[in-house]
Amino acid sequence: MLLRHTPEKITERKSLTINPAKTCQPIGAMYASLGIQGCLPHSHGSQGCCAYHRSTLTRHYKEPVSASTSSFTEGASVFGGQANMLQSITNIFSVYDPEVIAVHTTCLSETIGDDLPQITKKAKTEGKIPEGKSVISASTPSYVGSHITGFSNMVKSMAMVAEQTGKKNRKVNIIPGWVEPADMEEIKRIVKTIGVESILFPDTSGVLNGPLSGEYAMFPKGGTTMDELRSTGDSIGTLALGEWCSADAARWLDKSCHVPCSVLDMPFGLMATDRFIDALRIIAGVTIPEEIVNERGQLVDMISDMHQYLYQRKVALVGDPDQLISMTEFLVSLDMHPVHIVTGTPGKKFEKRIREITKDMPYEVNVKAGGDMFLLHQWIKNEPVDLLIGNTYCKYIARDEDIPYVRWGFPILDRQGHQYFPTVGYKGGLRLLEKILGELMDRIDRDATEQKFELVL
Amino acid sequence: MATTTNKKPVPWDPAEVKEELLKKYPPKVARKRAKQILINEALENETPEISANVRTIPGIISMRGCTYAGCKGVIMGPTRDIVNLVHGPIGCSFYAWLTRRNQTDAGTDGENYMTYCFSTDMQDQDIIFGGEKKLATAIQEAYDLFHPKSIAVFATCPVGLIGDDIHTVTKNMKEKFGDCNVYAFSCEGYKGVSQSAGHHIANNQVFRHIVGENDEVKPGKFKINLLGEYNIGGDGFEIDRILEKCGITTISTFSGNSTYDQFASAHTADLNAVMCHRSINYVADMLETKYGIPWIKVNFIGAQATAKSLRKIAEYFGDKELSETVEKVIAEEIPEVEAVSRDVRTRTEGKTAMMFLGGSRAHHYQELFNEMGMKTISAGYEFAHRDDYEGRHVIPNLKVDADSRNIEEIEVEADETRYKPRKSKEEMKALEDAGYKFKETLIIDDLNQYEAEKLVELMKPDIFCAGIKEKYSVQKLGVPMKQLHSYDSGGPYAGFKGAINFYKEIDRLVNSKVWSYMKAPWQENPQLSATYCWE
Repeated sequence: MLLRHTPEKITERKSLTINPAKTCQPIGAMYASLGIQGCLPHSHGSQGCCAYHRSTLTRHYKEPVSASTSSFTEGASVFGGQANMLQSITNIFSVYDPEVIAVHTTCLSETIGDDLPQITKKAKTEGKIPEGKSVISASTPSYVGSHITGFSNMVKSMAMVAEQTGKKNRKVNIIPGWVEPADMEEIKRIVKTIGVESILFPDTSGVLNGPLSGEYAMFPKGGTTMDELRSTGDSIGTLALGEWCSADAARWLDKSCHVPCSVLDMPFGLMATDRFIDALRIIAGVTIPEEIVNERGQLVDMISDMHQYLYQRKVALVGDPDQLISMTEFLVSLDMHPVHIVTGTPGKKFEKRIREITKDMPYEVNVKAGGDMFLLHQWIKNEPVDLLIGNTYCKYIARDEDIPYVRWGFPILDRQGHQYFPTVGYKGGLRLLEKILGELMDRIDRDATEQKFELVL
Repeated sequence: MATTTNKKPVPWDPAEVKEELLKKYPPKVARKRAKQILINEALENETPEISANVRTIPGIISMRGCTYAGCKGVIMGPTRDIVNLVHGPIGCSFYAWLTRRNQTDAGTDGENYMTYCFSTDMQDQDIIFGGEKKLATAIQEAYDLFHPKSIAVFATCPVGLIGDDIHTVTKNMKEKFGDCNVYAFSCEGYKGVSQSAGHHIANNQVFRHIVGENDEVKPGKFKINLLGEYNIGGDGFEIDRILEKCGITTISTFSGNSTYDQFASAHTADLNAVMCHRSINYVADMLETKYGIPWIKVNFIGAQATAKSLRKIAEYFGDKELSETVEKVIAEEIPEVEAVSRDVRTRTEGKTAMMFLGGSRAHHYQELFNEMGMKTISAGYEFAHRDDYEGRHVIPNLKVDADSRNIEEIEVEADETRYKPRKSKEEMKALEDAGYKFKETLIIDDLNQYEAEKLVELMKPDIFCAGIKEKYSVQKLGVPMKQLHSYDSGGPYAGFKGAINFYKEIDRLVNSKVWSYMKAPWQENPQLSATYCWE
């Protein structure tokens, strides 16, 4: 037993987090920054933060992740990090020549109170930022919220690049939230198929799922361009996917540039995708093309074909709020029973939303925002489940408790595919179902007696 | 064998390579980097003075991590029965959770916290009002849940800044529990210039709080401590197997799959065999000063190096029977290794490697590459000090700068009752190894992403070795990259079985067909033919 010290008996913990279901803000900001074309993310803090974030993102994507750091020493921590930041800006533009540097803070620079907008302004006046290049920044203290908060804060800083020319560009801003590059690609395909012109930001497709060709480009061709970001202020509206990841940026555009916004759930599963597609239809005033209708039909078809394997199967889930909300809704729509749901990201409204989604279920759901995987494991020990969905760290629970397990979320350090195959939209729904069914049916085969072992399932 | 379509042998001149590396830097950066890039050849392999263990340049994409990573991640992370509690915001503990591939085994006592991640998950109110109370409660909660022998607390950046007195908190908790040793490490990420400072801090506290706690005499005739071996990919298990076969007892390993009791008993061993000198030399020195246990450098990376190290240990004990057993073990193990190396050499001979690793490993791995007939053309360290490059004789002349001064040096004296010199100074001198020398032409300290890319482009090695952050940018250039921090998915690479694994792994990497697929057929022959006819 690898988690042999986890007791079944649940005791209250006030101060000790064990096996967290979240990490800190800066990594989210770094991931979001990678979705800007020609952008070098920069971590304003000690160099360890940057090393850890790069390592984790690299392990998750198996792709190069470039990011620089202010490399604070004890001196900088006492006297402030302005000199390190200014020196960084000079060095970065001379050596790496990005279009834009996206700076995020760390607990170190936040605790000592470094003021990034002021430092950036100083760099500008001192001519350290070359003509046509930009430096944007987000405040991402690690001791507030989670990696999701950091992502959201950087996405908001991206929106703050917006300019208003007074002339609308007939485009819809789409903020996909923290989803995989493959998901961003799929969202673009759906939007294009429906016939809506859009600006998707951030967009990590083409950045973190690049080809191997014998050439290395530090700044790959993918990503939202700075010009596109500037023109988000002229868009006709914004669709923000996910309250936690995307809403702040959308509301800022609404308030500051009068670009109206709708906040939707992330389009995972049947119903959330339905709402997303319908929103696009209404905004663009188009009829949904047969191609998309057909994809929906295929997903419904698979649900009906395989319903017997899904019906009332108990599921434990751990991950990030926006993703879990849509996933829980999807599981409920499949007549599955999501019984234990944990996110590490704080926010009581998450628990409320999950309770709403599961209100008609014949059981009381266990849900916790600001929880950890230790608690989830204890819940599972008290009420076993048929399926576990979560990031790579769940493999220890899955092994100890012998539970079928689908890897979904961040980070996934031991399997491939998330970079290339989407789980958003109807097609993504099919893939999720395929993964879930694969696990459940492998288990049926594994556990069947020789008599009951069947060719056709 | 792979075709190497776009790879021609590149004639390069080290001075030109150096110039090329420095070209793009602003003048100040170029001046600093120039001192960290050395051309060895002109000085006939006597490593000249290098600038090392100096500050990373802000904005330059370094391979380095922080002091916390060196302390918690490297040294204390691989211990299995100590609850390692990180005091800080959640990230630091999260990122150091199982990512270094240190293998552990719950052993007969059944304790293993390796798979757990503990944190106080500091929030903004803790930063404002102080986190001492939260830390004390967290320690209490960990104690109530697990009743471990020991709880170690690690400080992250904000802890030092807000002034939480973690040492008093842990001292109080230790007194309160009575049966659980609780202590803390002030390893804030901003201290020092790299992971290296964290090693030092970890060494100090382990020595201060644990070593010497258990005087019980363990059975065994030839008792050693294995220092600086972290059981990555199971290296330590393979070394244990060999030592056991030789009849050598390992009292403690610092710190792969180690236990609290191993550290507590370390002073009862008679020799310290030091693997990763950079990360653990402080403990070695202190054990010598306080208890009279001498230390020697060993290297279990490479079959010949392993044999040599075993002989060195046997020579130290000066026991005929031990020497015979060691020779017997070597004779038993070597044939299989040589059979594999003979086969692999037909495909690896003459190929070139580059290595940019922690603080000692580049020296170790050049042995393995030599055994495969491969040449290391450029090497360097992420966080080494000058003595790692030039030898320990430079230590008295090392300049103590502001960053090093902040790292505590603890004063150790000979223990009144337990100091027992094992060997005289003269005897040790005879045993002393001249140290490992870099045989490469181009030595670079604190290599960064830009220089790595340039080096690969200019010198076209057949394999590049560094860490996960460097892996994919190198591979995008069509050059295989082997992680030698965490071994990708492989290992063990230590000892005799490890050498075999390594030969096979490098053979697989440098000869993989995949490196010949970079270009599609139509990219190789781009001429167009304006016809739809098949002729």
